[in-house]
Amino acid sequence: MIVPALDIRRLHKNYDGLAAVRDLSFSIAEGEIFALLGPNGAGKSTTINMIAGVTRIGRGEINVFGHDNQRDYRLTRRLVGVMHQEIVIDNFFTIDQALKFHAGYYGVADDPVWRTTLIERLGLEPHLHKVMIKLSGGMKRRFMVAKALIHKPRLLILDEPTAGVDVELRHTLWEFVREINREGTTVLLTTHYLEEAQQMCGRVGIMHHGELLALEKTATLLQRLGTRRLSVRLRRRLAELPAELAHLGAELDDDGLGLRLTLPANRPVGDLLELLTHLGLAIDDLETESAGLEEVFLQLTGKRPREGRR
Amino acid sequence: MKPEQTWIFWLPFYTLLQKEVRRFLRVASQTLVTPVVTASLYLFIFGATLGERISVLEGFSYAQFVIPGLILMGVVNNSFANVASSLFMSRYLGNIVDLLVTPVSPAQFIMAYTLAAMLRGLAVGLVVCLISTLFAPLPWAHPLAALAMAALASFLFAQFGIIAAIHADNFDSLSMYTNFIILPLIYLGGVFYPISILSPFWAGLSHLNPLFFMIDGFRHALLGVGDLPFAVSFGAVAGLALALFLWAASLIRRSVRLRN
Repeated sequence: MIVPALDIRRLHKNYDGLAAVRDLSFSIAEGEIFALLGPNGAGKSTTINMIAGVTRIGRGEINVFGHDNQRDYRLTRRLVGVMHQEIVIDNFFTIDQALKFHAGYYGVADDPVWRTTLIERLGLEPHLHKVMIKLSGGMKRRFMVAKALIHKPRLLILDEPTAGVDVELRHTLWEFVREINREGTTVLLTTHYLEEAQQMCGRVGIMHHGELLALEKTATLLQRLGTRRLSVRLRRRLAELPAELAHLGAELDDDGLGLRLTLPANRPVGDLLELLTHLGLAIDDLETESAGLEEVFLQLTGKRPREGRR
Repeated sequence: MKPEQTWIFWLPFYTLLQKEVRRFLRVASQTLVTPVVTASLYLFIFGATLGERISVLEGFSYAQFVIPGLILMGVVNNSFANVASSLFMSRYLGNIVDLLVTPVSPAQFIMAYTLAAMLRGLAVGLVVCLISTLFAPLPWAHPLAALAMAALASFLFAQFGIIAAIHADNFDSLSMYTNFIILPLIYLGGVFYPISILSPFWAGLSHLNPLFFMIDGFRHALLGVGDLPFAVSFGAVAGLALALFLWAASLIRRSVRLRN
């Protein structure tokens, strides 16, 4: 039997009588990169905090590589590395000291080779002996990634790792995450940048009001719920839109030559071409543009990813 | 990246202890030097100036009488302050999650914070003790008993520091513990006067003050005389230390105000 890296069953959490997470169940296979998406207040961070042990579980069960994270907490916490959404640092210490301490908290002897690898890959070297308070926001985030990985976890959790960071760090971070994933680390992430999830993750789960609205392979979800925008340039000017095209929701530009419409992602473009041929409309040019997860997300939640509950 | 499989059981405790010790050493001027200077001022006032005109215990100078209390004051104040400020700041700034996500057990958590607090408290006590030799020699009647009482008092106030750090909502409420509980208990616990000179009512009331038992026991161990037998003082302090330890352990085990 293949044991999932993470198995969540009927997880529930209330805050002051309000459900932050409701009856949440999903699994992540070892080696996956999985994204949990949702607007602010959807319950993503609460879920992550329950996995990491920062928040108590209300009801339900969380198993990490087959071990219950309540009963076998010492083992499961060693298996998980977490980078929190908020910047969490101890201003008393330098990056170098803090990384050594963090490995020690996990009961792992300092591994200078691995520590140096993290420092180099995340560009921390010039700031290694500065106390945290003197670091820039981006540098603190880089440090937090190193801290989450210092004990070589088998499951890496990244909660909004690229929120408020520059393009260079986003690029560095995702490149590094892909690399460690290739080497066997399972990754669970949340992000507001849906194009990142689309590029990085084999599967995504979309949460809203504490519930899981969708859980599928990214490609399947896009195919099922995504759309495709088409712009057609006709060879001959149309005086008015034919009824068959109006029925599909097409719009005719003022010049009578441009035709624009949106089709479900799973409907072949060939259908439209056949229809245009049938109507005797010759095509000069055709452009298609696939809408991404953002569109799917909006369709499922009625919100843009950065919008909160209120 | 190959997952590391070799876990060292005691390392989380040792690391947390090391971090806590380095934390107070990093700001040594505030955590070690300041309390020593404060205690030295007391020693100067009561040892070299007023002390020569006051006598409260037959056979001993006032400086000799007051030194044990001043040493213990340094020990308990700093033991409390170390754990209370460190743990509260971690809660307040949110970096306590760095520990909550790790396999550090409640027992390791308490032991590390307690031991670091005791090291700071006893270091301050030791330096005050050394400085006090400039003002008056002590007979050191029962040195091991003195060490045991200082360690026990330090342990007790470390537990109290954990409890205060967990229950405090802000810096104001944390300072209330120092200003409205510890300070009055110290000043009314017999640092500067023997309880035996008080009227029966106030002397009886002083017996409700745990600091009285600590100071009297410690003075007894150093000078060889005290208001109570050493065993009684030590037993009372040990009983209270155990109660506070169980309270602190229960808070940490249940992660009260640490985990949501």
